[in-house]
Amino acid sequence: MTYIQLSYGDLILPALLVVMDGVLSLVLRLKLEKQLAIATVRMVVQLVLVGYVLTFLFAAVSPIWTALAAFILVLFASREIVARQKRRLTGVWKYGLGATCTLLAAGTVTMFALLTELRPDPWYHPRYALPLLGMMLGNTMTGISLGLDVLTNSLVRERAAVEACLALGGTRHQAMLPIIRDALRSGFMPIMNSMAAIGLVSLPGMMTGQILAGVEPVDAVKYQLLIMFLIAGGTGLGTLAAVLGGARLLTDHRHRLRLDRIDAGKSG
Amino acid sequence: MLTVSRLKRLHISVSFDLQDGECVALQGPSGVGKTLLLRSIADLDPNEGAVKLDGTPRESMPAPTWRKRVTYLAAEPGWWSDIVQEHFTAWDDALPLVMRLGLPDDCGPWPVQRLSTGERQRLGLVRGLMLRSRVLLLDEPTSALDSASAAAVEALIAERVADGTSVIWSTHDDAQARRVGSRIFAMSPDGCIKESRQ
Repeated sequence: MTYIQLSYGDLILPALLVVMDGVLSLVLRLKLEKQLAIATVRMVVQLVLVGYVLTFLFAAVSPIWTALAAFILVLFASREIVARQKRRLTGVWKYGLGATCTLLAAGTVTMFALLTELRPDPWYHPRYALPLLGMMLGNTMTGISLGLDVLTNSLVRERAAVEACLALGGTRHQAMLPIIRDALRSGFMPIMNSMAAIGLVSLPGMMTGQILAGVEPVDAVKYQLLIMFLIAGGTGLGTLAAVLGGARLLTDHRHRLRLDRIDAGKSG
Repeated sequence: MLTVSRLKRLHISVSFDLQDGECVALQGPSGVGKTLLLRSIADLDPNEGAVKLDGTPRESMPAPTWRKRVTYLAAEPGWWSDIVQEHFTAWDDALPLVMRLGLPDDCGPWPVQRLSTGERQRLGLVRGLMLRSRVLLLDEPTSALDSASAAAVEALIAERVADGTSVIWSTHDDAQARRVGSRIFAMSPDGCIKESRQ
């Protein structure tokens, strides 16, 4: 396996492309230059930091440090889920639901892959565990946030329909079922779309990365397939847990619809 | 008999009894809390107080069972499916009532979108009446109806009352309140009800 190593100096020329974007924004008065600058600086700092953190973690191979890093990843994922919601839950569940579901889904499939197929030594080796978990989190997060967004928005919009069913003696499960189905469908959609387009329209980043690093394309494809299966499973688990959990939180034991548990103040 | 004692929800605080086969008209300005009161009796919102049907507290049964006996019908009924007849467990059994309220007998497979506001209101009523509840909580059941349809609804409910169903009928129409109610509850902005017997 051979690959072409880059020095920081090699990045100066490509970075000029971003400067070009900035100039475009100024010339065309798009007013994006400030945002662009912030995003670029963030990206550089975040990635360089992660590079050093991973270097440290790979050298340490410590279960505690790996777990801590995984925990921080989950925290950022749940923050991102909340940021993507138009309507948010009140109280501890605002972050709690997303965090629990991403952890459950991404954690389960990551462990599954580590313990059954990849079997690194030790099983928690951060070189395998963290990139895997990161990819799972990124994708389950998308399913979870979409599913929750559709759930809360549909409940507010379809309130009369849900309450009509409840008022006529329907259980909360019966009353919420059409909306739960819609929310689950939306949550599953992105992963199905990307499975359909993969290889034809898009070459996934991990696979291209492996190919650039000198791995045989067919071997890289096998890795990518493993990842895609894991993502599909994780998204299914996570979206299901989040939508069912959300539906439960937004009703109560007397089978009432509790839209008061959606944060009314902050929307947008 | 429906017994409501010290029912509290937001500013509302009421107690009253409702006999079997009795219809009470609920009146009061818009926004005074008539809908809130009816919803609370059906346990659709969190509320405090004791509500009993024949001495059995509502907490002793699952909420869906309670609502099949004490049924709230909203002024603007909600529809959870696109097709009219999918809202009925037995559409054929509902047909006589549908026709009696002047709705077309072929409206079963129609999309709900095709119905006018008044047609939806009457269909919502039929849908609720199919449960044969002990207590009906009617929230302005004729607000979108012309006088002929309203009269048909009043006659239909009167039959149910004669059969022993208890009804609370919220209305803005004073004449209707006097026609349908044996008692009138006037709700005031402080959340209390004042009773007047006819």
